[in-house]
Amino acid sequence: MNEFVFLWRRPQRPPKTPQQMQETMEKYRAWFKDMEARGHLAQYGQPLEPKTGRVVKDKSGNFSDGPYAETKDIVMGYSLIVAKDFDEAVALCKDHPIFDEGGLIEIRPILKL
Amino acid sequence: MKPNDALFRREAARLLATLTRAFGVENLTLAEDVVQETLANAFEAWSYNGVPPHYSALLAKAAKNRALDVFRRERTARKFAPEVRRLIESEWTLRPALDAMFLPDALKDDELRMMFTCCHPRLGEDVQVALVLHLLCALGVDEIASAFLVSPAAMEKRLSRGKKLLAESGHLFELTAADFLPRLSAVHRALYLLFSEGYHGASARAVVREDLCWDAMRLVRLLVEHAPAATPATYALAALMWLLAARLPARIDDAGNLKDLFEQDRSLWDEALLAEGTWLLEQSASGEVLTEYHVEAGIAAMHATAASARETRWEHIVELYDALLKIRPSPVVALNRCMAIAQHDGPAKGLEAVRAIPDPGRLAAYPFYPAVLGELELRCGRTAIARGHFEQARRLARNDGERRFLDQRIEKCARKAHS
Repeated sequence: MNEFVFLWRRPQRPPKTPQQMQETMEKYRAWFKDMEARGHLAQYGQPLEPKTGRVVKDKSGNFSDGPYAETKDIVMGYSLIVAKDFDEAVALCKDHPIFDEGGLIEIRPILKL
Repeated sequence: MKPNDALFRREAARLLATLTRAFGVENLTLAEDVVQETLANAFEAWSYNGVPPHYSALLAKAAKNRALDVFRRERTARKFAPEVRRLIESEWTLRPALDAMFLPDALKDDELRMMFTCCHPRLGEDVQVALVLHLLCALGVDEIASAFLVSPAAMEKRLSRGKKLLAESGHLFELTAADFLPRLSAVHRALYLLFSEGYHGASARAVVREDLCWDAMRLVRLLVEHAPAATPATYALAALMWLLAARLPARIDDAGNLKDLFEQDRSLWDEALLAEGTWLLEQSASGEVLTEYHVEAGIAAMHATAASARETRWEHIVELYDALLKIRPSPVVALNRCMAIAQHDGPAKGLEAVRAIPDPGRLAAYPFYPAVLGELELRCGRTAIARGHFEQARRLARNDGERRFLDQRIEKCARKAHS
């Protein structure tokens, strides 16, 4: 088995109404529960603060705000998922609710020796 | 009461009421923004591992911290409510003042205050109900528009008209104000309309927008629990809602079809709600004023205590409808009275009563007007005429549930015609 970091990339635009927030949240939760039940969940991970970020550029601590590339690309959080290989990891993303939000999932395997 | 499926909306409404008090009603939009940001963060965080057990306290704390930031940032730039203006000038008083505002009891009073504020006498009933749904039930413009079958643009306009007037009024309604009781009647009416929209509503999204019923019940419960608002009329309104809500589980069958009172499996009626509804009705019996809510709750109680449609005391229900028509003349009430007459005196008498409804033009777009005619003609054995009425009703039907209900009636006519 291999571990993969799933980077949740999405526009930083939450659902508009409380009801939509709750419904969308429940869809995300359903995916996590499914992963957990099937033994694919290593760590829930964390959401990241979308509005602030700094990129430090050199040893003396010079930094710029960001990274703010395309809004579509903002990393909104990460999770740690277990899968046999890349193909399986990709298959686990099938029907994930993030795609309804205009988002995408970046999958990065944890480096092994 | 219903579990956590409206948790975000409930919490949003609570926080908005308190933040509006903290910022002043003229800063309603600012309060809405703070609620939106607070909930958006909760949405991000809880999408992973679920809603934590003490979510309500967590949200209150997060909203309070945001409010602190707002006051620090804008205390000179913006005009806040007069009662907080002094308190926010100094850090020494700012934090304790906010701490006190976010205590659970204070949160409850804020919701009541907001409820009374929305029912401003200068606003039409349609605007009042829209404001209650928006500010106290945290429904979005599109969601309210779809429940009332109006365009989102029209609903947006209705809401902004209401919000503008609230902002201009300059302060939230105080629960100790002299016009508390007149305002309470307006609150009753708004909650009654809210519940009815959920129960009989025309929304396309579902046959019964049960959510609206539970919202109305949550808000009327706040009235029952606040002694000065717990008048006989409040109890009667609550009784009506509880007794009707008890029938909700039987109103739609497993296939999603609407069931009328005669077809419902009464063993599915919620006994706890029935018992509480009956208790509420007993509490409403003090005092001298007989309100429309008393009479309607009385009718609901007659149904609730009857083992079947056949064993219902229809003659008494006809009397109650007579009383209701005197308090609030309405063609829909008149139509319901005709069904009760048909139950008691037979379908021919029922039809006579329908034809005697004054000004039937007001029912022209109401699908259950031809549906009642169809039902009574069918019972009289005039299948072809009945079918015509049901087809007319189907053309007027406002959602799939109603259409399926009427399709079944049309099929029934077809079967009878062949047999």
